[in-house]
Amino acid sequence: MMLEARQIGVIRGGKVLLDNVSLTLLPGHVTALLGPNGAGKSTLLKVLTGDVTPTYGAVYLDGRPLEGWSLVDRARRRAVVPQESSLAFPFTAFEVVLLGRAPHVALRETPRDVAIAQQAMARTRVDHLAARAYPSLSGGERQRVQFSRALAQIWEALPDGSARWLLLDEPTASLDLAHQYKAMAVVRQLAKEGVGVVVVVHDLNLAAYVADEIVLLDRGRITAEGRPEDVLTAERIRAVFGLDVIVTPHPHHGRPCVVPLYANGE
Amino acid sequence: MAAVNILATRPQALRLPGHWLIGGLAGALCGIVLLAVGIGAVAITPAQSLSILAELIGLDVGVPFTEQQQAVLLTIRLPRVLFGALVGAGLAMAGAAMQGVFRNPLADPGIIGVSSGAALAAVLCIRTNGWLFGKAGGMLAVYQLPIAAFLGGSLVAFIVYRLARREGTLSVGLLLLAGIALAMLAEALRGALIFAATDDQLRSVTFWSLGSLGAASWVNLSMVAALVLPAMMWLGRLARPLDALLLGEAEARHLGFDVTTVTRLAMLAATLIVGATVAFAGIIGFIGLVAPHLIRLAAGPSHRTLLPGAALLGACLVVLADLLARTVVSPAEMPLGVVTASLGAPCFLWLLLQERGFRS
Repeated sequence: MMLEARQIGVIRGGKVLLDNVSLTLLPGHVTALLGPNGAGKSTLLKVLTGDVTPTYGAVYLDGRPLEGWSLVDRARRRAVVPQESSLAFPFTAFEVVLLGRAPHVALRETPRDVAIAQQAMARTRVDHLAARAYPSLSGGERQRVQFSRALAQIWEALPDGSARWLLLDEPTASLDLAHQYKAMAVVRQLAKEGVGVVVVVHDLNLAAYVADEIVLLDRGRITAEGRPEDVLTAERIRAVFGLDVIVTPHPHHGRPCVVPLYANGE
Repeated sequence: MAAVNILATRPQALRLPGHWLIGGLAGALCGIVLLAVGIGAVAITPAQSLSILAELIGLDVGVPFTEQQQAVLLTIRLPRVLFGALVGAGLAMAGAAMQGVFRNPLADPGIIGVSSGAALAAVLCIRTNGWLFGKAGGMLAVYQLPIAAFLGGSLVAFIVYRLARREGTLSVGLLLLAGIALAMLAEALRGALIFAATDDQLRSVTFWSLGSLGAASWVNLSMVAALVLPAMMWLGRLARPLDALLLGEAEARHLGFDVTTVTRLAMLAATLIVGATVAFAGIIGFIGLVAPHLIRLAAGPSHRTLLPGAALLGACLVVLADLLARTVVSPAEMPLGVVTASLGAPCFLWLLLQERGFRS
């Protein structure tokens, strides 16, 4: 059981966005995709979700090419949290979360689906927003509701025992500090329950806190991958991000802690 | 989307439960139909109408009525009112579905060019005095205008669809722009044809493009119903994918829905509905825009309530508007499109201002 990207290349308009990228993801692990702007993180995530068809290479889910899976079969085992999601129509937050149950619904939602949607909202602490109109929510609240929708989608283990996946594209971009870490704590719990998680993040410390594996991308290639303490070194961060930093073990949990010094050239 | 959100945002969602709304509207439609079949040069009370209908299935209710009343109800009023209900229901449902596909509450059922294409074909037909089918004679000659309008509308929608399709996927943005561009082109051609028309032809064109239920008869009603009812049932089955589509195309795909297929089915159904109604009733504006919007205000945007709710409300509105159109300046008839727009626009504006009040 795994999610694999095999020798992925994405070329758009003559520009190489991803260059021969291979990646193997395991259930129960959190993998963070890191890299500077334009490194190809979001493109790689979109290739994994099937939104971007690679120019060459292919994505395999449990050994079968992604295109070989029906959309419903994909949706039952894999949820995606978008970077941002606007909605021109006034669904309530609860209705948005309940839509996450869509791949499991035959005709209409059962009381069980409703209960799952409620539990998913409680788990990401948005239950108090249930009756609010989605367009009236703040950016951060919307993101938490979308996260909750993805949780509802993959809430239960599948009857055939196959793995569940959660793919998040900068899920913390508009969250305040506390909510960033609370969301990542939920992500860690999910991994413990066997869900394979891929998350695009910008904050190196957040990545170090949440990830089992870090994949560092630079100009469309993977420059390093491995455990946070192996990947996040001061030399590598200077080379990839062009920023001088000090990396020290976090006094509490011992994972690397990145403290910026100043930008090059200042 | 900022402008659009004015239509959409109340901080707290106040909702009428869906089944109440549907039940209420169904009751209202029955009442309105009963009222509308009774009003006109020959008055028929609701009890008499029911009695006439009961007699059809062999029941004697004991309410007396004249033969004239029976003839007027069964051959003139009832087909006309039912035709109005069908046209209204179809347009409103097609409007709701197109607003869902385009994720824009300002979309109109004719957004993919159907009405403009139908209008162009109709004018072409009037200008050539039926040259297209005239020689064929028989049925084709009698129905040349609706046939031409239906084919013209479908053709434009098909061209729009082909333009927006690339490598097996449909671009909704391209669909919208191609629809607008082709509608403008059709309008221009129509303008050129009208420019060179005779006064008589001009009068036919004007009447046709303002909409009327004057063509109602049992035969026409059954032809329109044969196209519109299956398309409406089809749309009803798309409620869940349309809900998911409101979240975004990628999001709907991640929830397991085939966005391209859903868009294609919704377009096909809307084309059938708009093509068939425009062919027989001309262009009736506003219903397809306003009925879905009112239902959304009352019961939220979920298509499970929206699609049937908009259909029932659209039916009520068109039957009422036609009642006004044929009674206000009786014995003449006002064009139906004039009634729907002149009553609909102020109501719509009032509602928008109310909504804005909720926000501030």
